[in-house]
Amino acid sequence: MSGKYRFPSEEWIKAFKEELNRNKEYEEAAKDWEGDFLFVITPDEGLDREYCFYVDLYHGKCRDARVVASRDEVKTEFVYEGPYSNWKKLIRGEIDPIKGLLTRKFKLKGNMAKVMRYTKAAKLLVETASRVPTEFV
Amino acid sequence: MWYFISPKVVFGEDALDYLSEVKGKRALVVTDKVVRELAAERVAEKLREAGLDIEFYDEVEAEPSTSSVARGLEVARRLQPDLIVAVGGGSCIDTAKAIWALYENPELSIEDIAPLAELKLREKARLIAVPTTSGTGSEATWAAVITDPAEHRKMELAHHELVPDIAVVDPSLAKTMPPKLTAATGMDVLAHAIEAYVSQWANDFTDGLALKAIELVFRYLPRAYRSPDDMEAREKMHNAATIAGLAFSNSMIGVAHALAHSIGGLFKIPHGEAVGMCLPYTIEYDLPEAEDRLEQIAHHLRLSYTSRREAGLKLADEARRLLSEMGLPATLAERGVAESELEENMDKLVRLAMSSGGTTINPRIPSEEDYRKLFRYIYEGRRVDF
Ligand SMILES: [Zn+2]
Repeated sequence: MSGKYRFPSEEWIKAFKEELNRNKEYEEAAKDWEGDFLFVITPDEGLDREYCFYVDLYHGKCRDARVVASRDEVKTEFVYEGPYSNWKKLIRGEIDPIKGLLTRKFKLKGNMAKVMRYTKAAKLLVETASRVPTEFV
Repeated sequence: MWYFISPKVVFGEDALDYLSEVKGKRALVVTDKVVRELAAERVAEKLREAGLDIEFYDEVEAEPSTSSVARGLEVARRLQPDLIVAVGGGSCIDTAKAIWALYENPELSIEDIAPLAELKLREKARLIAVPTTSGTGSEATWAAVITDPAEHRKMELAHHELVPDIAVVDPSLAKTMPPKLTAATGMDVLAHAIEAYVSQWANDFTDGLALKAIELVFRYLPRAYRSPDDMEAREKMHNAATIAGLAFSNSMIGVAHALAHSIGGLFKIPHGEAVGMCLPYTIEYDLPEAEDRLEQIAHHLRLSYTSRREAGLKLADEARRLLSEMGLPATLAERGVAESELEENMDKLVRLAMSSGGTTINPRIPSEEDYRKLFRYIYEGRRVDF
């Protein structure tokens, strides 16, 4: 397969899930982590509407990852939200995920202190996203 | 985008006089029993000259715990101060920060003091920090370390608003430090500055501060240690502590602090001593990813070397030399930790270090295996070779 996955899409988040589940370093860093996320991509720079991913992370593995129709469809422990333009920078490795929060390029709902104890896992999560062959809209 | 956050810094001889003109009605002075005698009464005198009513909370413990904070918070709630004045080392200042945050935000609990919390500050009171040690730099930072006694875990509280409004950096307060405390807190300054300089978040605003602080430590710490009355050395070290605080607060600490928070919490080793012990090893550990930055430090110190790697190793040796000159332990074994004790606690040590903020922003990010090795190397005193 030489194809790239379009971000955001069901194919992309499935590819991300597979990539993450192959990542041993992530598995180690997140081995005690329990908590699911809603990733919200708000529209700008050519994205037509809001997209949401449901991602369930548990003990170093991704148990589930899929597109959900709207942010109200699922209730998650964490919501990580930002505009499409910043998601692009994040996936290209141009924004550090924690710095992105501190400078409010992304918003986090949920227990920040819990996330701050897993900053290495957060970083590896983003690095994994960078490894998914991605094309943007 | 990034920020440079700083209090107003009043420094130098007679800086304390600034407090006699400060505005306010009621001040809560947060300190401990020893510092109260040595320094906090002097601070209170200045505040009284400014027309403030004073109440002391002087029960801060070394390596302060959540209960230190809770007791102080009760006093604050009763007193309703419009000024909180922390007088002491990092323990007193960090405790005051936590009291301040919870006094202004009664709906929050201590673990909610995290970078993105909706934290209201400065609505009820301002915070002034008056350091009496030349070490933690807490007077200049937006972080606080409070121990959770149930878990022996050092909680790293942080929020951009948690920086004191004013830091009063008066060298006369530092001269009462006994030599051992001078040594340990001085090594903490060095670790802050080196870690800030090699951090992934290092930036143009922090680099100069970090280099200056490193230079000041190597030049003046041995003097301040040997001659407690050398006021020039005292003043330079007192400034260095605040400068290094500004540097790491606006970039980040690293693996020496992650390791030190772990061993400090579990083996009851004071922060400066723990971090000083770990520093040479983490310089060596960082080398593969931070050769150029470490070489720049070596260059600034005019060390002689023929390669970047050698520059980094020489810097680590310089840190070791400082430890031995000042009689500080360079290994866990020397510090009296038994090998069995280390091995029994290894999983917990590693877990705590992995969850420290210093881990991810370090130039080289350790795996659990790396941490295991680092703890053993620090125990034995082996040069890091992996
Ligand atoms: Zn420190």
